[in-house]
Amino acid sequence: MTEAFTTAPEPAGRVSGTARSSDVLSITDLSVTFATDAGAVRAVAGVSLRVAPGEVLAIVGESGSGKTVTAKTILGLLPETATSSGAVFLSSKDGSSTNNVISVGKQKLRQLRGTDVSMVFQEPSTALNPVYTVGWQIMEGIRAHGQVGRAEAKKKAIEILGRVGIPDPEIRVNYFPHQFSGGQKQRVVIAMALVLDPGLIVADEPTTALDVTVQAEILDLLRRCRDDFGTAIVLITHNMGVVADLADRVAVMYQGKVVEEADARTLFASPQNDYTKKLLAAVPHLGQGVVHAADRAAARKPDWAAGTPVVVAEDLRIEYPGRLGRGGFTAVDGVSFSIRPGEVLGLVGESGSGKTTIGRAIAGLTRVTDGSLTVHGHQMNGFKERAFKKLRSDIGFVFQDPASSFNPLLTIADCVAEPLIVHGRAKNPAAARARVDELLEAVQLPRSYGDRYPHELSGGQRQRASLARALALEPSLLIADEPTSALDVSVQARVLELFAELQREFGFAALFISHDLAVVDILADRIAVLYHGKLVEEGTSAEVLGDPKDPYTQRLLASLPVPDPVEQAERREKLRELRTAG
Amino acid sequence: MSHAPDTTIAPVRRGGLSALWNRLPVVHQVKQSMGLQRGMLVTGLVITGLFVLTAIFAPLISPYGFSQLRDANGPFGAQVPPGGAHLLGTTVGGYDVLSRVLWGAQTALFVIVVAVLLSIFAGVFLGLVSGYFGGWLDRILVVICDAVYAFPSLLLAIVMSIVISGGKSDLVGGVFAAAISITVVFIPQYFRVIRAETVRIKAEAYVESARVLGASNGRIMFRHVLRNATRTLPLIFTLNSSEAILTLAGLGFLGFGIEPSAAAEWGYDLNKALSDVTSGIWWTSLFPGLAIVLVVLGITLVGESLNDLADPRLRGRRSVGKVVSVVAATSVVPGGTLTGGPGGLDGLEGGADGIDADIDSFTDEGFEDRS
Repeated sequence: MTEAFTTAPEPAGRVSGTARSSDVLSITDLSVTFATDAGAVRAVAGVSLRVAPGEVLAIVGESGSGKTVTAKTILGLLPETATSSGAVFLSSKDGSSTNNVISVGKQKLRQLRGTDVSMVFQEPSTALNPVYTVGWQIMEGIRAHGQVGRAEAKKKAIEILGRVGIPDPEIRVNYFPHQFSGGQKQRVVIAMALVLDPGLIVADEPTTALDVTVQAEILDLLRRCRDDFGTAIVLITHNMGVVADLADRVAVMYQGKVVEEADARTLFASPQNDYTKKLLAAVPHLGQGVVHAADRAAARKPDWAAGTPVVVAEDLRIEYPGRLGRGGFTAVDGVSFSIRPGEVLGLVGESGSGKTTIGRAIAGLTRVTDGSLTVHGHQMNGFKERAFKKLRSDIGFVFQDPASSFNPLLTIADCVAEPLIVHGRAKNPAAARARVDELLEAVQLPRSYGDRYPHELSGGQRQRASLARALALEPSLLIADEPTSALDVSVQARVLELFAELQREFGFAALFISHDLAVVDILADRIAVLYHGKLVEEGTSAEVLGDPKDPYTQRLLASLPVPDPVEQAERREKLRELRTAG
Repeated sequence: MSHAPDTTIAPVRRGGLSALWNRLPVVHQVKQSMGLQRGMLVTGLVITGLFVLTAIFAPLISPYGFSQLRDANGPFGAQVPPGGAHLLGTTVGGYDVLSRVLWGAQTALFVIVVAVLLSIFAGVFLGLVSGYFGGWLDRILVVICDAVYAFPSLLLAIVMSIVISGGKSDLVGGVFAAAISITVVFIPQYFRVIRAETVRIKAEAYVESARVLGASNGRIMFRHVLRNATRTLPLIFTLNSSEAILTLAGLGFLGFGIEPSAAAEWGYDLNKALSDVTSGIWWTSLFPGLAIVLVVLGITLVGESLNDLADPRLRGRRSVGKVVSVVAATSVVPGGTLTGGPGGLDGLEGGADGIDADIDSFTDEGFEDRS
């Protein structure tokens, strides 16, 4: 069912001036409502967008802004509980047919998916079926759309794998997904999306699950999709750096509406909407923390450096036992560092680098295999829980996921009171309440929040409550394992600020674990960079970020996209040189 | 840094009693359900309610005692057709069928209560300990439970009933024989469910955080793990109840039940009615059989509905019109957010993310549903 494009009303907020009949996608006044237990919830309200051929439109927004729902509507992927209104016109690449995705039948929709529009999912390891070879999965897409023989489909699959940069595609086509790394899996997913040569790819957070260095490669590949294949891309992301790197045009969504739409350079240079301005200001960027770190260093007593360190690791090794007959996996391999009182050490590394393992070992959650790890003078190698228990009151721990770090059946006040009760400072939650109220106020939560249950708080509020719990016993050491990576940018900015403020006030030493260099930069006095379980570089923030010595640190720094399209273009060039040199 | 403007939608705090009422397991689900699911649940609840009431008031509503063979007018007579003094006729042994059926409800309820009470505590405790500590204890317990699973449950029940009471006995002995034999089969079910939940919850951040605090194992197990692991218990409870009735009836049918002079028991009556069927005497087998079917159906309906309602993907919702409601404050941007449904944790699997999760993260399932 085709409708004449010209009958659709002019969408609001148009920017580019191309003729509308050539658009691959035109969304007009889209609204989506969900039926939930709490009644109807509107996720998208009156969104109008358009994408020209070969253009990258980024839809940015924080969680709950409706960006993902908008994207899923383009492919007709909304669940049955959703009701949508408005029009989503999708044109084929050659412009021969145009369909309204919202009103077409299931049969037609299936034809459109793959040929006119396809999707790249966030998590490549779940988007691929583990029991089939990647070649089979690519061929399935080809053969679902038209009569193609096995041999021909396989030839196409090999060709497309080669074009997305998988080495030896003739052999790799018969590999199973688990034989690829995360970045390669995402390449395969992109190959699956590209194989039928659609006019539009919807990429929903395509790099969120990937490490920074891999992210840079995938962004390069997506850029090539646009340049070599002429495919338009709708990029859904919350990462402003990614937007700056890839997008031609940006639409900012907030509470189901598009609040601002502009081409990338204009948006980053002169944002008009207040929300956009706030969002951009909240994005952490390198170089923010140097001043703070210098202030802190100046405020210290001269004999500070001579004090006994809170944590000392010497040649620390941690192995996870392997299966029978197989060797163990070495997560941490000969790492030495120390944290002095009142100092914040930022531990940076990509996934699998062993940074979380080190944090857990300090808290006594993971056993040390070899070497020495001293926490408050207690040797953790071969530690006994009973002997260590007294020291636990002097260690606070903030977990990554604010959603799961609270017992869902206890109120926030009960949760924050736990450490006080366990260590005998209070008999029961009621007796601890006065102290709990103080703590909640210290983390800038209203006292009344103590009576709420964890699910009644937002992510940022929960993470603050988590800080309150960690600080309840006024520990001299705090371990924060990616405390902000599950939060939205603007919330992250406030939690980081709070963290810095509390650190000043309480003066605890901290191990701040993160994969994001920019975040660590804001807080840390010193930064340690981990790579494959080894410490490759350690020094003050200014040293590590300003003048990295190790090639891995250099690559890590260069891969980090900055929220500025002009600067990012230069950085991209630099990274390319670095890669060819390395 | 100023704290977030407090735009969070205040959690609904209904006053004392009604809040408690609305949070009760089954009441909450009835309120939450709709359409066919509600019909199923309500039907199940009505049948189960009738069954429980019958069991409690059996002495008042049944015309005769369960072992009564005669009244002031002399013996009832065997195999009397329905009508007159005996509304549903009499059995081959000369008992009143209606009275036997009504009294049988009491025995059935008794068995359910004893069997479930015995198995739920042992199963939950073993599952908790086994899942939390792991190691060799866990392995041994899992192997034992698997072995029990592999055993035909009715055969096991027969063996138990012979061991306990030599095959036949009075009311208490017979009920316990049946109940304990059922218990043995049920403990692994509770054990499995609680163990699986415990293993999952053990890895949750809030348990780790309790460990970092230095909380003792007992405290972590009972304060943090147990209460979160019991969410599926009402479901297994109902399904097991119906299984308990079937096992008791099976035992009775095979002749390992309770003597007719000790208690009324549907399986026993069915057994005695076997020969009647061929001679056209339908009433002695039909009514006890119907009673079993109805009770099992009722309890199973409740169980299945609870199962469906516990899963947000299976749960039906009222459809929405095209233009309704304001945009939900699902964004966390200037501070507040709305998470969690009205029923709180019980209503939402993985309660924490409530509506957010529903909107923002339908994954490939959505795709498969549609295509």
